Amino acid sequence: MGADLDRDPPPCRNRPISVFAYIARRLFQAALVVVVISIITFIISYVMPQWFGEDLAATYAGKAANPATFAAIGHALGFDKPLVVQYWDYFSGIFTGRTFVNGSVSLDCPAPCLGYSYITNELVWPKLIADFPVTLSLAVGAAVLWLFFGVLGGVVAALNKGKLADRSIIVVALAGISMPVNFTALVVALLVQYQFHFIDQIQYVPITQDPWNWALNIFWPCLTLAFISAAAYTRITRSTMLDTLNEDYVRTARAKGLPERVVVGKHAMRAIYTPIITMFGLDFGYLLGGAVVTEKIFGFHGIGFDAVDAIFRADIPVVMGVTLMASFFIVLANLIVDLLYGVLDPRVRLA
Amino acid sequence: MTEEQLEPTFETGERGPTAFLDVRDLKVHFATEDGLVKSVDGISFKLERGQTLGIVGESGSGKSVTSLSLMGLHRRAGKSGRGGATMSGEIWLDGDELVHADPAEVRRLRGQKVAMVFQDPLSSLHPYYKVGDQIAEAYRVHNKASKSEAHKRAIEMLDRVGIPQPAQRAADFPHQFSGGMRQRAMIAMALVCNPQLLIADEPTTALDVTVQAQILDLMRDLQQEFNSALIVITHDLGVVAELADDIMVMYAGKAVEYGPAKTVFTDPEDPYTWGLLGSMPRLDRAVKERLLPIPGNPPSMINVPSGCAFHPRCPFAPRNHGRCETEVPELLPVDSRHLVRCHLPIAERRQIFNEEIRPHL
Repeated sequence: MGADLDRDPPPCRNRPISVFAYIARRLFQAALVVVVISIITFIISYVMPQWFGEDLAATYAGKAANPATFAAIGHALGFDKPLVVQYWDYFSGIFTGRTFVNGSVSLDCPAPCLGYSYITNELVWPKLIADFPVTLSLAVGAAVLWLFFGVLGGVVAALNKGKLADRSIIVVALAGISMPVNFTALVVALLVQYQFHFIDQIQYVPITQDPWNWALNIFWPCLTLAFISAAAYTRITRSTMLDTLNEDYVRTARAKGLPERVVVGKHAMRAIYTPIITMFGLDFGYLLGGAVVTEKIFGFHGIGFDAVDAIFRADIPVVMGVTLMASFFIVLANLIVDLLYGVLDPRVRLA
Repeated sequence: MTEEQLEPTFETGERGPTAFLDVRDLKVHFATEDGLVKSVDGISFKLERGQTLGIVGESGSGKSVTSLSLMGLHRRAGKSGRGGATMSGEIWLDGDELVHADPAEVRRLRGQKVAMVFQDPLSSLHPYYKVGDQIAEAYRVHNKASKSEAHKRAIEMLDRVGIPQPAQRAADFPHQFSGGMRQRAMIAMALVCNPQLLIADEPTTALDVTVQAQILDLMRDLQQEFNSALIVITHDLGVVAELADDIMVMYAGKAVEYGPAKTVFTDPEDPYTWGLLGSMPRLDRAVKERLLPIPGNPPSMINVPSGCAFHPRCPFAPRNHGRCETEVPELLPVDSRHLVRCHLPIAERRQIFNEEIRPHL
């Protein structure tokens, strides 16, 4: 009896031999995706209008300008160069910066250069960076709310399956998932500002300036965003939790004599992290690219707001900058989720 | 189903326990949408420390439901009788009654006084926690111990159940263990608090045959070492033949034969037990002899056959002229420790067994 009798096969130990190689490979893939997106965006923004005979310089110069102005602007923006060179100028500008020369005037666009908007006469990158805190605040606030309420709702529903609490939560979740954000946002704005007068005018207050009012104002648009997303989290938490509660290892946890709060709060909860994090990564990355409708309705000048404005003004460099930024965050979020799988689930480590 | 039927009934009227584990007329019923499922319908048995009871039966005979009730692991039904198990009867474990006890009280006993080894060690171990941590956790629930003490204890237990390099293996995840090692780890987890009653629910079903024997040896050794009572639940008569002092054969939620292992193996008196023995492959039997499977399927637990639940599959039921179809047989003693639930007269069953059954076993 004992070790000498144990004829079990040797344990398979697939310890991560080269975690760094794996991460490097994934980083490279992610970078490649962003490059491809930048090419596609470039083609849609700069090349396709030219195919349809639209002179981009004319869009920038305004209707009153004469052909000489078009040519000057076109030259300053490099539209007279071959497309490949134009793209290379744009792409390399992101890393090395570039200089726009318009006759005697030259404009320096430092390192992460996403171009120059002739319509607002601003560099794109500083504008996006200035507006990013708004979008970040919204995304973080909404994420905290929807994670908390969504997961809590799902767990409570699962533990009370078939009872009143479960049914009520399902109905609320269904309402959240069914209502479009433009409706919810307007209802929230109406109730908060005109019905109950919590706040006269919801507006963005920088956190550095007044943290309390930042939170007070940001709460309502965050609630709007969270209400819609929380529903999906409630549903996935509820169904995963119900499956998990029937797992043998949850029975084992009970058999150890663990109190029910540890059985559910530790052993069962541990299994639902993976699907939630998968969804969360994508949703959060998506939100960092700007919550277009919510920002517009509440008048928050974030990335989404910029995007809408830029589209209406045909402000191509801004549209492209926003698109690149949004895709960057989505790719980044995907990458982080994939790497987190390995941390969360020991079975998928470097599968 | 009326309330009266669920009330415990005592034939002897005795109160208080008469053995270390004393189960009396245990009933576990589940109200489902299709009807009442009497998974366990009035079983009684006794078990002392150091002794082993084997519970044998087909799938759905109520073996696992019985073991889960000993652990208090059934979700209990609400007042409406739905949403869980309705339990009656008594389970006395070392002087404590468990069926009517406060669930918090039962939880304190669970894992400490009574522990369980489950059938499939891969799904029964938590995939996301290290094996050592899972064992240490079981220790810390019931013992005031620091994390490092509990960890040391876990490594000690892994060593005791025969896992090589226990200190290193404690840091592994269950999927890095082989099937036999996982079951050893489960046993280590069950024994970490020195339980006085260990329940093993089909402990070797998911394992290779070579590993099965090792696990059975291990359980026997550990039982002797800790002087614990052991209940082995299985559909494999070979397993209980090796381990058990007593055997209870279950069919459709009831015990059909209960007695010392030796008697049940050599002089079984219930036709169902004969069927089980006849369908067991044996190496010492001539190859040309065919196995004698029990015809038919286990009964539906919602529409249990009338009378003796085994009568539709029993080749001897016609001899009783309809009595088996209408009247539920009692579990009656044939001698001081051997009980059988069958309408056939004792002399007739012994004659049938000796003349028709024994030659084929």
